Amino acid sequence: MDWIKFRPLYLLISGIAITASVYAMVVWGFRLGIDFTGGSIVEYHLEGNVDKSKVEAVIRNEAKDNTKALRWLGDDNLESRFGVGFTQEQAKKIGSNISDIVSVKVDIFRYEEVGPTFSQEILKKTLYAVMLTSIGILVFIGLQFKDWRFGVFAIVALLHDIIILSGTFAFLGHFQGVEIDILVVTAFLTTFSLSLYDTIVVYDRLRESLVRHAGESMYMLANRSVTETAVRSLNTSLTSIFLLLALFLLGGDSIKWFTFALLVGVISGTYSSPFVAVPLIVTWDQIRKSWKKN
Amino acid sequence: MFKINSLWRKLIVIILLTIAGAYISLPSNLSVNIHQFGLNIEKNITRPALNIQVGSFRFFRDLNLRLGLDLAGGSHLEFEGDISKIGTEDQASAMDAAREAIERRVNIFGVSEAQVSTSKVGSSNRIVVELPGVKDTQEAVNLIGTTARVDFRAVDPTSTDSTISGAPMTLENTLSTGFTGQDLLRAKSAFDTTSGRPIVSFEIKSESIKKFGDITTNLVGQRLVVFLDERAISAPVVQTPITTGTGQISGQFTTEETKALSGLLNSGALPVPIKLIEQRSVEASLGQEAVQRSFAAAGVGLAMVVLFMILSYGRLGVLAIMALVVYGVLALSIYKLVPIVLTLPGIAGFILSFGMTVDTNILIFERMKEELRAGRSWRASMETGFGRAWSSIRDANVATVIIAFILLNPFNFSFLHTSGPVRGFAITLIIGVMLSLFTGIFVTRTLLRLFTKRE
Repeated sequence: MDWIKFRPLYLLISGIAITASVYAMVVWGFRLGIDFTGGSIVEYHLEGNVDKSKVEAVIRNEAKDNTKALRWLGDDNLESRFGVGFTQEQAKKIGSNISDIVSVKVDIFRYEEVGPTFSQEILKKTLYAVMLTSIGILVFIGLQFKDWRFGVFAIVALLHDIIILSGTFAFLGHFQGVEIDILVVTAFLTTFSLSLYDTIVVYDRLRESLVRHAGESMYMLANRSVTETAVRSLNTSLTSIFLLLALFLLGGDSIKWFTFALLVGVISGTYSSPFVAVPLIVTWDQIRKSWKKN
Repeated sequence: MFKINSLWRKLIVIILLTIAGAYISLPSNLSVNIHQFGLNIEKNITRPALNIQVGSFRFFRDLNLRLGLDLAGGSHLEFEGDISKIGTEDQASAMDAAREAIERRVNIFGVSEAQVSTSKVGSSNRIVVELPGVKDTQEAVNLIGTTARVDFRAVDPTSTDSTISGAPMTLENTLSTGFTGQDLLRAKSAFDTTSGRPIVSFEIKSESIKKFGDITTNLVGQRLVVFLDERAISAPVVQTPITTGTGQISGQFTTEETKALSGLLNSGALPVPIKLIEQRSVEASLGQEAVQRSFAAAGVGLAMVVLFMILSYGRLGVLAIMALVVYGVLALSIYKLVPIVLTLPGIAGFILSFGMTVDTNILIFERMKEELRAGRSWRASMETGFGRAWSSIRDANVATVIIAFILLNPFNFSFLHTSGPVRGFAITLIIGVMLSLFTGIFVTRTLLRLFTKRE
């Protein structure tokens, strides 16, 4: 089957996805969790029906400007975000104030506080790790495949997936209040690994074909490689998707969006290998050949 | 052709490994309640810990799965040490001494499985304290965070305050006598025999008894002021010289305060003042509920995977499932043996490597199908299929190992992650990938060879 013929279609799909993602990132930005901004998160659990606005008023009364965000998870859990300087005593005081005013039992399910300097590191370190990894991958692929082009386009496919995932989080942050924390960073790293793994499997087929059928054109061989790996690719991603879908729909609330991010990552990682990485290398090959002619 | 012997031998190895793995994977207490099909079984199976002793070599593992704070609930505290007053050569040992003192304090607090470790981030020296099951961090922070330098001081006769009676004692208007918390052997929370009020009674180290005797002789009739860090907590007038090697600190204390103070004295002062920079606490029940639901969901997902594999690959699918079971059991055993603290990112790493293992099997099967379609025999297809698939498997897995290795940062380069969830992800990923390669080569191939003997 001539997959490569539909290059423009893949370009369109990827183009739309990337544009939408970039738009989301630019217009809505990310919701950074306290892991990256510093501050405190207190999750209050209230036993019984309450007037939500009353509860929120109590909180704002105590923390005043330091109240950054209040998010209700269901009817009995309130996730409150405060800036740097909020203390655990304040959290407890607010808890008992709420209890007094709306006459229900109030529990603190979760209290997290991150100092302002600590947060910057994680981002920096992750970026360093990613850069180092990319270099490592380029070197490895260059050596194994004896052709640096494979490495470059694998990384491009990777970038494609990362941008789409980022856009997804900008979107989720805006509409669902989902914050970027360490777990999200892990989801990114997982997507990174998965996309690369998948791309290498397809490229490996291509490389093998290039050697075994040395006379044929890259175009034909690429088509054949995609066909040959298509079934496997589909099956593998289906198994991951089953698992993740089950986790997303039935699993605990706290990991819902993390699972969702993994789902997006798996789908885009699987898509990017045959429909981004391969067409890119074929196109590049064609461009190079036409340069040579001239 | 193959020596059937070596093949069956490999199978036996696999079975033994699986049984060992399954044994280790079992929870330490399993209650079995079966009241169906005419059976009435109610048993409580306890799996003992692993305790190997050969001569002076001892290997003990309690074989319980260690769950990280994000799964089990508890508190995570991070302190920064102020090493500005310590020379560069002594900084590392000062931080280590601080870590040990904090560990002693935490143990006094009675937290089981608490972890205290040092870490260096850029120029900042950190101490990380993880307290599973502890939800109220304030008390913990107060106990852990005080430098707790106890100093016995005398009023400075040259300072102007010394003439004013009732003037507050500070570090400025007193002089150190040279007797500090370091000279104490042991401290205990007790009650004064006359007033009945809470006090801290202490024993003095034998080499310091004379020192204390001399000091109290010189100060008869004057105040001996006891300082905890910058605060004077007790200032009794010395009645008689104390040469017995015991003494007490009395003041306006509550029982909690005397308990805390004796705990601090026993654990030793921190050589380095520390400041809290991060804390998190998660309620156990919250974590537990989420974990249980997720296990159930994972069970459903796995069932679907099994169904899919059998539908798509038939009997080969069953082989793959067997290999996956071995994989899962071995992975869990490794987590328990090392032991690795499992966190949510750690689970993500496991899921990823599990997916890759499934993929390995699928790659092999698809290649086999190709060879079969080309008209080759079962056996030949299997061998060639495996060989051809192997280069993809190897390359892709090695690339993943590179990623995981850099994220894991085993050499502790400070510009990469030195602690935390990313490392948790990396370690389960690396273990997963290596295990995946192992099960691919050893388990799947052996099973394939044994069960596809058709020509």
